[in-house]
Amino acid sequence: MAAKTLTINGQQVTAEEGATVLQVARDAKINIPTLCHLDGMKDVGACRLCIVEVVGTPKLLPACTTVIAEGMEIKTESDRLRKYRKMTLELLFAERNHVCAVCVANGHCELQTLAYEQGVDHVRYDYLFPKWGVDTTHERFGMDHNRCILCSRCVRACVEIEGAATKSIAGRGAKSKIISDLNEPWGEADSCTSCGKCVQSCPTGALFNKGSTVAEMEHDRSHLDYVVTAREKKLWVTHA
Amino acid sequence: MQLDELKAIAEKKKASAKKVCLRTCLSAGCISSQSDVLHKNLATEVKAAGLENDVEVRRVGCMGFCGQGPLVGVDHKEGKEELFEFVKPDDAKAIVSHLKGGACDVQKGDPQHPFFAKQVKIVRANGGIVDPENIEDYLAIGGYQALHHALTEMNSESIIDTITKSGLRGRGGAGFPSGIKWGTVAKSPGAKKYVVCNGDEGDPGAFMDRSVLESDPHLVLEGMAIAAHAVGADQGFLYVRAEYPLAISRLQIAIKQAKALGLLGSGIFETPFNFNVDIRIGAGAFVCGEETALLASIEGERGMPRPRPPFPAVKGLWGCPTLLNNVETFANISAIINKGADWYASFGTEKSKGTKVFALTGKIKNNGLIEVPMGIPLRQIVEEMGGGAPDGHSVKSVQTGGPSGGCIPAEHLDTPVDYESLGKLGSIMGSGGMVVMDDTTNMVEIAKFYMEFCMDESCGKCIPCRAGTVQMFHLLEKITQRKATKRDLDKLEELCDMVKNTSLCGLGQTAPNPIQSTLRFFRSEYEALLQPDATGAPVGANGTAKAH
Repeated sequence: MAAKTLTINGQQVTAEEGATVLQVARDAKINIPTLCHLDGMKDVGACRLCIVEVVGTPKLLPACTTVIAEGMEIKTESDRLRKYRKMTLELLFAERNHVCAVCVANGHCELQTLAYEQGVDHVRYDYLFPKWGVDTTHERFGMDHNRCILCSRCVRACVEIEGAATKSIAGRGAKSKIISDLNEPWGEADSCTSCGKCVQSCPTGALFNKGSTVAEMEHDRSHLDYVVTAREKKLWVTHA
Repeated sequence: MQLDELKAIAEKKKASAKKVCLRTCLSAGCISSQSDVLHKNLATEVKAAGLENDVEVRRVGCMGFCGQGPLVGVDHKEGKEELFEFVKPDDAKAIVSHLKGGACDVQKGDPQHPFFAKQVKIVRANGGIVDPENIEDYLAIGGYQALHHALTEMNSESIIDTITKSGLRGRGGAGFPSGIKWGTVAKSPGAKKYVVCNGDEGDPGAFMDRSVLESDPHLVLEGMAIAAHAVGADQGFLYVRAEYPLAISRLQIAIKQAKALGLLGSGIFETPFNFNVDIRIGAGAFVCGEETALLASIEGERGMPRPRPPFPAVKGLWGCPTLLNNVETFANISAIINKGADWYASFGTEKSKGTKVFALTGKIKNNGLIEVPMGIPLRQIVEEMGGGAPDGHSVKSVQTGGPSGGCIPAEHLDTPVDYESLGKLGSIMGSGGMVVMDDTTNMVEIAKFYMEFCMDESCGKCIPCRAGTVQMFHLLEKITQRKATKRDLDKLEELCDMVKNTSLCGLGQTAPNPIQSTLRFFRSEYEALLQPDATGAPVGANGTAKAH
């Protein structure tokens, strides 16, 4: 394969033909924010956070799906890009019900991390407070649509990695919703293998392991009782 | 099928022409006013009057003057032409007795009305003349002879050269030069290639493509076949929205008839050229008119766009090079092949050649479909052909390009209708919707209407379009409810810029156009609705309004 030479933020880099701008930038330790991208899955160019400026192209291009070309001059940072990225994140926060303090992903959330990184200190748009439900019908996992940003990573993980194609998108626009099989409760979706890849791919707290969310902890007091009784009866004395 | 056989069918059909032809429009618009019953009644009355041998009762497609429908055209063999308007099913008897010299009080139209006289018909040349369900009618006016010429006398290069020289640009809206697109598909390596016709017309107020498909389906099929020969494809898809059932059924009939005569299928005109066309029916999503979403839909996927490049011309259906053009673009092809590139290029302006079909609707006296040469001043269309606004009102603005377009104010009515001039005014040529607004129209409400449309039709894939259109709509609602301040207007303008520049596909990239164009020309209407903000700063043109 032929090598291509290009510049990113003035830095000259060389990469293999067919590589994307995102791959080349990350190899060169240049950070480009992403949300819908996840290594190992097909890129869809949906979140628009990785948009970059390419000299000679009037349009902004997503780094994740733009293939490099010889002599390309790419800018990953500019006032305009920073402004657009910040607005994109603000739009997401206003769109559904993202409340970090009570979220299972608090501190481990890509949306939250990006917001810190991009300097989102407040949201200027009206919060829409839509009424979305939570699907807890699966025995091991749950889906909170209030926290979904529709990045489609779970859909791609399910079809591309697990090969089950349980997850897909129904509806359109702001009413789009991640569904299981033919819009059934997740627990009744026959095609689900319960592999949990969707949960691992989710950037926010929309998909989670049951038992780990806020207010879900149940105390098992009988366990204490067992320990005390066992100690009194010396049940764990090892026999020589 | 050979050329002489084709010509023999045409001659036989022409020779069988009767003294009088009664043409009834059986397009969706007139049918909704019972023109189908009228057509049956006319046939019955002609029979009852014993005129079957002298009078042909013909089902035809759209004659264009839809606002006056149902329409019945009467052609006398000696050349006289009559037109009846607002014809009711019960009027059949009167019209037939009129043929015998009797009195008739059915409203007569003027075939020389400026609405008709100013038109130059290339795409709609046969609309309202041929029976769309009878291939012999199409053959009688020289149909499929361009395909024969292209297959036997021309090769890929010479066809593409002709299309390039003709200056034809894509009629779907963006106006990409067709010759260049065809050339790209022809040059793209690949054993399998496809030709796709975009009939997913969805702009509010637009019905040009529906009319062409309903009135003259063979014209589109012939154009697709010539294109397939030029780019090296053997399979075509016609993507038509499900809301056009009549167009779909007429296309099905047309494909069947063309196949029966060997004009589609294998070894067309006894050459090695094979071409099959299948119909794919849309499921009601506006975004499927976007080319990559349309291709995904044909492939059986959810109709969502993907980033370009790669363009469909290089990687389209199932990864193969795919030529994707609009209905009207394909409908231009056979005329260009028949009459030559120079003839076609003689219509229009330097950069916009040929004609364009527009659906003239809204607050205007004469509603309907018109085909005009590119470069015609908007004023001629609106005032002379359209007759201006009804009920003594004046025209305030003309909206072109649907939800991706803009509003052109009355003071710019002398603008020539071509791709560049409309673009300079912040609108677009678009697919051909032309909605006239009068002085009672509130432009902020218009912007809100289009934004609601885009919000509902956003596929939801990319964030700027999905969430941005919702916020823009809410801000517009706030303004129309007189609850917004100058800051909200600033926020709206900032969102317009962001959604335009960061959205994935054309839907999002052009969704802010109706707001931006109404802000450009009718800013005071927005400002008049604003409230003073907390600081009590005044609003309005000479207040705190920023100069843009």
